[in-house]
Amino acid sequence: MVSPNSPETPGGPAKPGSPRTLNDVVIRLAGNSQDGIQAIGGFLARLAGRSAQEVMTYMTIPSTISGGPSIFQVRMGTGDIQSSGDRADVLVAFYQHSYESHRSSLRPGGVLLYDSDHVQPNPDDKTITAVGVPMTSATVEAVGGSSKEKGKNIYVLGLLARMFDLDVAKLTALIKERFGGKNEDIVRNALLAFDAGHAYPAEGLRDCLYQLDRRTPSPGARPQITTDGNTALAYGLIAAGVRYGAGYPITPWSSIMETLRVELPKYGGLFVQCEDEIAAISTALGFSYGGNLAVTGSSGPGLSLKAEALGWAVMAEIPLIIVNVQRGGPSTGLPTNIEQSDLMQAIYGSHGDAPRVVLAPRTVEDCFYTALEAARLAREFSTPVIILTDQALATRIEAFDEPDLERLMVTVKADLSPRPVGFKPYPLNGPTRHAPPGSIMEDGKYPTVTGLEHDELGHPTANPALHASMTVKRREKIKAVAATYKAPPVYGDQSGDLLLLGWGCTFGPIHEAVGRLQASGLKVGHLQIRHIHPLRSDLEQVMAHYKHIRVVEINDEGLYGYGQLTTLLRARYCNPEIQSITKTDGLTFRVSEIVELVAKNLGITSIKSGARAQSVLAPPTRG
Amino acid sequence: MSASTLAPAPDAPRAPLTKKALTADHPTWCPGCGDFAVLASFYKVLEKLNYPQEKIVTFAGIGCSSRFPYFVNSHGGHYIHGRALPFAAGISLGRDDLHVFVFGGDGDGFSIGGNHLVHTARKNPRLTYVIMDNSVYGLTKKQTSPTSPLGFKSKTDPWGAFDQPINPMRTLINSGATFVARSHATQVNHMVEMMHRAALHDGFSVVEILSECVEFFPGAFDTSIPRKGGSFQAIELKKHDGTPEDEKRHDPTDELAAFQLALEPWPGKFGVYYENKTRPTKNALEQKLIANTREKTKNASDLDLLQKTFAKMR
Repeated sequence: MVSPNSPETPGGPAKPGSPRTLNDVVIRLAGNSQDGIQAIGGFLARLAGRSAQEVMTYMTIPSTISGGPSIFQVRMGTGDIQSSGDRADVLVAFYQHSYESHRSSLRPGGVLLYDSDHVQPNPDDKTITAVGVPMTSATVEAVGGSSKEKGKNIYVLGLLARMFDLDVAKLTALIKERFGGKNEDIVRNALLAFDAGHAYPAEGLRDCLYQLDRRTPSPGARPQITTDGNTALAYGLIAAGVRYGAGYPITPWSSIMETLRVELPKYGGLFVQCEDEIAAISTALGFSYGGNLAVTGSSGPGLSLKAEALGWAVMAEIPLIIVNVQRGGPSTGLPTNIEQSDLMQAIYGSHGDAPRVVLAPRTVEDCFYTALEAARLAREFSTPVIILTDQALATRIEAFDEPDLERLMVTVKADLSPRPVGFKPYPLNGPTRHAPPGSIMEDGKYPTVTGLEHDELGHPTANPALHASMTVKRREKIKAVAATYKAPPVYGDQSGDLLLLGWGCTFGPIHEAVGRLQASGLKVGHLQIRHIHPLRSDLEQVMAHYKHIRVVEINDEGLYGYGQLTTLLRARYCNPEIQSITKTDGLTFRVSEIVELVAKNLGITSIKSGARAQSVLAPPTRG
Repeated sequence: MSASTLAPAPDAPRAPLTKKALTADHPTWCPGCGDFAVLASFYKVLEKLNYPQEKIVTFAGIGCSSRFPYFVNSHGGHYIHGRALPFAAGISLGRDDLHVFVFGGDGDGFSIGGNHLVHTARKNPRLTYVIMDNSVYGLTKKQTSPTSPLGFKSKTDPWGAFDQPINPMRTLINSGATFVARSHATQVNHMVEMMHRAALHDGFSVVEILSECVEFFPGAFDTSIPRKGGSFQAIELKKHDGTPEDEKRHDPTDELAAFQLALEPWPGKFGVYYENKTRPTKNALEQKLIANTREKTKNASDLDLLQKTFAKMR
């Protein structure tokens, strides 16, 4: 295949036969949703996981049923990879629109790998290496038969394996595992497509051949697993001993529900798909009332519908886990994009004074551990706990250490032992403990749970003093949760110029931004808050060590100029140094965006974004 | 199996359930309210059923009649308006060992909870639902309800209601409820019989009971009260005795006949409209799913299962 770029292009080929070694590389795959580009991304991510390499992915899926542009970005390599990369080193473009929409995401010196059957790149574009491969026709030729261009994605995987000298044995094993359950032809066709892509001549690839630095896993290290946030969360709930749940379909929550519906029966439990969001939280509360902690969940709009029942759970003090996989809002908003705009709803949404616990996982791995913590708190404090995750965490794939299940797995059975004379479910001076149905009450008096204000036995009362003291009980209970946290340490400088605070999926980009800001001479620390409500009790001391505090969040600055967590922190700590860095474009923060916004915000002109201007694939400058 | 519960110690022989043991708070209803008779009948039903007391659960939504669980000394509670059915479905599906009863009114069941009624009927969880229908919103003091008749003068329709009322029997049969019956709060024996049959039904059983609100809709059901000049027409069920009289009796397994009964003009008939004993409950279907799934996994322990799942993500 002849490239439209002339050989004099600055990003020209390296010498044949001498692949350059790279620390990490960012590959963006752009096509349509039915092209299976998520599958390529998934294979690359799992390969990286199996090779003990760090990996981070980023994906957008269109909200339309079929068709529409879709991308998957994967960053793989050695070292501490915490974000999926701001700009790409390789852009794989399946169509002209993919090329046109994503050309700007490619770093100078990067490689454009395009389907020459569909794409005509700009011939005057000399800052990149353009490599045209007839992906569609070569796939049809390799696979033959009636499969048409199906398998194009696997062909591209073969091409990438060739370019980056990826472990072919591991990749073919992954392909066999993935398609193994299906009919043999599918596995055979996939392998044919892969081999054809992998056998593509080096000259055709303009000798764009590289090698990723390999790391030998340290002895005794736990094996790496590769998965997305929703899967990690669903299995975290199972590890936490949650066996019952109910839900209603909504993107991007649905995959948690689908996993639990299929998995829970294996564990003797069940998940009910309900007629609506309200029925879902109600059924879940029914399970919990029966003595078995349950889960319900949704995304933004669904949480609004569940709000009344959540108020009941607070009043009746019934344990429950409620997952909100946030997306762009309000209303139907941006169903397949990221936004962190449900924080206030999570903390305050319902009616009356209704304190509850809110936790926000910060990575895919953290989704697993947050589920464990949520279940522990729900049971220990007999309270609803909201897990506030988001679309970015839900859909992206990361590699992390396989959890030590022998140590972590929780088994809890409902306590149906007889309750002694004088049993009170809601003592004013002690923790709330329910007697689930089936428990014999030795004094012959059976308890009621209610959304009405009630006395210590659960009987309704409108006694003014009692409403005041029960309100205090519910509030103090949630305040006491903070004492049980194992809060993470501050990353970076423990004191200095700037503390960056974040929550949820912004962990990776903030983490990397710290390094770049430090490189410009600032002393910077980073804290990603998992415990949104109540806040960890030492936060004020942590913040006291820094001159400036900037809270990075993906939501609007609102009428008064502060993002949602920022507003809360300012109200809580009355510290004018707490300021916001916000945005609402439906995308995750890029590292350079954070660096630039911090610089602008602090009025420091000397800080550069620090992003690699040149791609790592750019050949060394001559002379 | 991890999802079950720690069972209480084996029971010592027990005295039968009595009204005294089942009585809790004194009802807050207005004097003369039809719901008193429903409560008295329900105590009788529980005495007949003689379930272990701790296995009885009574739940309700919001409304006058939804205060019911406070007056029954059993496990139970008071949920939010219109949503008691999905809540109770969760109790029943998670705890198959319990006997779950739900109480509510016409606004709670047919208006705000209408969607849940349809879908609970469709799913057929094992529980009994008693609807005390007074054809008016009583707790909020006289607004038009979904069963208020055309022309009923309320605070929201001072000129007389003109929205078509719900036909409860038709709605329930159409939604797929597997036991549908109708009774009247002035007919204690009939109520006891209907609620008793409903409790014994294996599935979602519903009894609608016309229960007069003496405060906001007095006389609503006089046309079916003999001592007020009306007539109470009970449904005679087929005895399958081959007699000519039996031809005219109602076969509750005949859905079409049930619909025909439901379409009879006001005040209609009272008794069992429909009963389907063949449709499996959701409880049974879910338990079957669990059993089949666990057979496939060869009853692996929870830890084994989860470890295997994670191993596949390597």
